[in-house]
Amino acid sequence: MRIPLRWLADYVDIKLPIEELARRLTTAGVEVGEIISSAGEWDGVSVAEVVEVEKHPNADRLTLVTVHLGNDRFERVVCGAPNVAVGQKVAFAPEGTRLIDGHTGEPTVLRRAKIRGVESAGMILSEKELRISDSHEGILMLPENAPVGEPLASVLGETVFDLDLTPNRPDLLSVLGVAREVGALSGSKVRDPSVVYEATGERIKGRVQVDVLDRDLCPRYVAALIEDLKMDESPLWMQQRLIAAGMRPINNVVDITNYVMLETGQPLHAFDYARLKERRIVVRRARPGERLNLLDGTERELSPEMLVIADAEDAVGVAGVIGGAESEVTEETRAVLLESANFSATSIRRTRQALKVETDASRRFEKGLSVHLPLIASQRAVKLMVEVCGGRAAQGLIDVTAIKPKDIRVTLTQERLERVLGVELPSGEVRRVLEGLGFGCRWVPPDRFIVRVPYWRTDVSIADDVVEEVARIVGYDELPTTQLRGEIPAVQRQPIRELRERVRQALAVSGLREVITYSLTDLPTLQKVLPPEELATTPPLRVANPMSREFEYARTTLRGSILQTLTKHIRVSGGRLISVFETGRVYLRNDNDLPHEVETVCAALCGRKPDRWGQPTGGPAGFFEAKAHLEHLLADLRVAAEYREAVEHPYLPGRTAKVAIDGRRVGLLGELHPSVAASFEIKQDVAMFEVDLEAVMPHVPEIVHYKPISPYPLVKEDLAVIVDEDTPAGRVISVIEDSNLVHSVSIFDVYTGQPIPKRKKSLAFSISFQSGDRTLTDEDVAEERKRIVARLGRELGATLRA
Amino acid sequence: MTSVSDPISEIEDSAVRELGGVGDSSQLEAWRHAYLGRKGKLTLVLRGLADLPLEERRSLGAEANRIKLRLEAAYEDQLARLEQDRLAKVTEGERLDVTLPGSPLPRGGLHPITQTLRDVLKAFENLGFQVVEGPEIEWDHYNFEALRIPADHPARDMWDTLWIDHERDGKRSMLLRTHTSPNQIRIMERTQPPIRVVVPGKCYRFEATDPTHEWMMTQVEGLAIDDGISMADLKGTLAEFARRIFGEERRVAFRCDYFPFVEPGMELRIDCFICRGEGCRTCGRTGWIEILGAGMVHPEIIANAGYDPDRYTGFAFGLGVERIALLRHGVDDIRHFYANDLRFLQQF
Ligand SMILES: [Zn+2]
Repeated sequence: MRIPLRWLADYVDIKLPIEELARRLTTAGVEVGEIISSAGEWDGVSVAEVVEVEKHPNADRLTLVTVHLGNDRFERVVCGAPNVAVGQKVAFAPEGTRLIDGHTGEPTVLRRAKIRGVESAGMILSEKELRISDSHEGILMLPENAPVGEPLASVLGETVFDLDLTPNRPDLLSVLGVAREVGALSGSKVRDPSVVYEATGERIKGRVQVDVLDRDLCPRYVAALIEDLKMDESPLWMQQRLIAAGMRPINNVVDITNYVMLETGQPLHAFDYARLKERRIVVRRARPGERLNLLDGTERELSPEMLVIADAEDAVGVAGVIGGAESEVTEETRAVLLESANFSATSIRRTRQALKVETDASRRFEKGLSVHLPLIASQRAVKLMVEVCGGRAAQGLIDVTAIKPKDIRVTLTQERLERVLGVELPSGEVRRVLEGLGFGCRWVPPDRFIVRVPYWRTDVSIADDVVEEVARIVGYDELPTTQLRGEIPAVQRQPIRELRERVRQALAVSGLREVITYSLTDLPTLQKVLPPEELATTPPLRVANPMSREFEYARTTLRGSILQTLTKHIRVSGGRLISVFETGRVYLRNDNDLPHEVETVCAALCGRKPDRWGQPTGGPAGFFEAKAHLEHLLADLRVAAEYREAVEHPYLPGRTAKVAIDGRRVGLLGELHPSVAASFEIKQDVAMFEVDLEAVMPHVPEIVHYKPISPYPLVKEDLAVIVDEDTPAGRVISVIEDSNLVHSVSIFDVYTGQPIPKRKKSLAFSISFQSGDRTLTDEDVAEERKRIVARLGRELGATLRA
Repeated sequence: MTSVSDPISEIEDSAVRELGGVGDSSQLEAWRHAYLGRKGKLTLVLRGLADLPLEERRSLGAEANRIKLRLEAAYEDQLARLEQDRLAKVTEGERLDVTLPGSPLPRGGLHPITQTLRDVLKAFENLGFQVVEGPEIEWDHYNFEALRIPADHPARDMWDTLWIDHERDGKRSMLLRTHTSPNQIRIMERTQPPIRVVVPGKCYRFEATDPTHEWMMTQVEGLAIDDGISMADLKGTLAEFARRIFGEERRVAFRCDYFPFVEPGMELRIDCFICRGEGCRTCGRTGWIEILGAGMVHPEIIANAGYDPDRYTGFAFGLGVERIALLRHGVDDIRHFYANDLRFLQQF
């Protein structure tokens, strides 16, 4: 909402400096997003008259426009606007003018230039280039009576507050509404505009009939009739105000409806009385399939959910949203039926969404306007039509009201005020603030106020709403500041969150870099990285209104996102090792319930290992480099995992392991299948792992329990055994570890080839024996070693390597 | 006598002579082994004493022990000298170029949003708030309805929503949460006052991206409810938070703002630390930077939770972690965070 300050000053004295006023309004909740001042900005821009329009010799869509700048000075410019015509008054900027570029929004200096071979001496400006509105459709057209040669600033110059309003305050979508805030903040009285006029016409009764068939959707309909009016341009002052507020002047009747809407907040609509069949207004739902040509030039099919304004036969407008073309006022119009109504906010909102038409009217109605407003706004508009258009107002108004507007009263106790704000405010101050805002406020001893809410404040209905009114006018910064006291609530543990944070820390410490990627993905990406059966049994949730195909599905795996990240990183990594991870949720469909959001971690490595100098000259990072990070993570969590060879898409068979804890699968580890890598445009080897944190969680000890350190010496022995080539070393290790006297075991060699028989391999282990209760003798160790070897022979067919 | 004393003095002489020629620690050990070891020459003499007559044993014993002590001392001296020589050699001849890089270690790290989020949560944890989480895919009920944002409410325009393709009673009912506020309702459903929690998490909006807008974002919701919590406490808590995150010298200011689930509503601003209040591009020429939205929990929501709204009051706030990270690190484009450019991430 744009509030021209000179207009605002009609209703309230502006006692504060402009910057201070903007600051006070902003802190009170009426955010002044920008103070737009034409002073200084329009230097050099003046009013010019178009005297000639020719075709550009080299471009169909451009014209050569000659403008008169006053005192017989003429300039010719190249113009791209479709709406330029001889006789128009326009804003002309000569070369050297500082402007806001209409396309980029950046400040720029206008230069003399040749456009398609013809020199242009300056520019005819659009509203956007002048920052009057965001419209860039055509050039700004000035009132016909604007004086040629005058600086534009003297014709349109204004300081305007551009407000960023919250949806609860439709009353502020009006200059008068903002004046009330200014009055309350600066202690000035508000002057309501006059609604007094002389009705010199006949009685309206019998000449206009209004039937409201859907009272739910139209709680009030006020109709007025103005006859014998003269259609014309509206007076300069009105046009100036409309332009400053960002609206385009059209003609005196339409301008008055817009002017009163901007003034009071109540949208109005003017029908050509003569074109209403049977002089009737019927407010009804649209008939199925009913069609209407709208004022915006489109023809639309309406539906019975939509409320229309009709005459005796056809719809003539979509109620509260947009008028119809047939009943529009034109130059021939001599009598106007003026509509000032209240419509259901919900209905308006749904209709404008369905029609995809948003107007100044719909924006106001959908926020819920007061049912008091139509009458006041109607009287105000009729007054202006009498004065400005020379019309004769019919006596009386038609006022169809479904509900009796009544005052809302709220009881506010001192106790509540203090409880919410944390401070006791003197009752005199509370009254002063509320009355300044137009509230009625009566102090009822010993402890409460009875507050009457003014009709325009549709957002205030309970005591705490009134508390906010008091607080925001006093100023939040003026209220006290304290720290929370009281009991600290009982702890609510969040084990999965704690686990996820530990995982993040452990992986970052082990040298992986965290990435965070989007939770939505596309189907092709999921298809690349998931086994088809998994995608079939757990199809991803789809977004009904995706922003793009790229972000259409809630991901059920992190694989795709991690690989996409890898692709990006490879482009800039120069072959260096990239190691990344992400922790995030995947969303697994649940029938008729919210999806199961599973905390997952996925990591990937790609690139060559560094040499002494960190150069990527080593071999490619593979399975065991990835496994190192996974082992580091699991060790950090104090869980022992088993690794079993597995075959699973998208991993490379023979280089894939299922990761399990206590026999339960918790994740996967392996090298990515090169064909999948290729589908992400990755030519290098990729090693990955992923872990389901929910599956790991039950196995993570909450606390580490101390084991006594044995005072007895460790005895180290080496052991080499020959086993079948496909016997996993892990199975040998678990047999060795099973011995009570084995403190620890580590593998230090895997060997195949001479003299080891074909299809066999030799595994060498370093074993530490230790007992918790005595010093082991050589004999103890020899005996235990013999038992281990025997068991390895029995269970795994292992033989001792000679 | 002489037949016995001669060898012992000879042993002493030869030991001293040989020690002079010892050049490294292995030769020194060999020398020690030859004279003082278990089967060393002097050890053998000492062991042979037992067979001698008492008087001889006494004089020879005293002499042998003197020599033993002398040789042991000489050994220690020589050992120290050798060590000194070795170090001299290292420090002189094998000096390192200390400007060469260390052996390569992988350097991992946390995403800048994770880092900022942790700092934000830490600040609130120190003020007695607990961290809990909630679902990212939500019911319309929690995201909107229960927060006093019914269907067709104009405030719905404040949150452009990504809906899940799922209908209940013929209406879209599942969505990607647009804010962390649904957790206010979830927490109130399962607990009784006093409540003091912060809820971090990802949120999503149907939104075109630009340097200040991203469709996925990380928010932190705060909620405190108790008998006797006032707006003064809210202001104090947020001011304390701002100081912890943005520095002791930051000035904070509050202004009235609107969110349907709070009353009164407010926005917290800090003085612009780029222009120090003068007005610049970052602060939109106002000198102030908007940090978060907050307010007193609407009494209707308190009552809907089954708490006595006359007794219990509370506050809620919601902040965007990306925005705080942008400000702290001077990042000029919010889209950097989830573009995951290696060259961006490596800076943090
Ligand atoms: Zn600034």
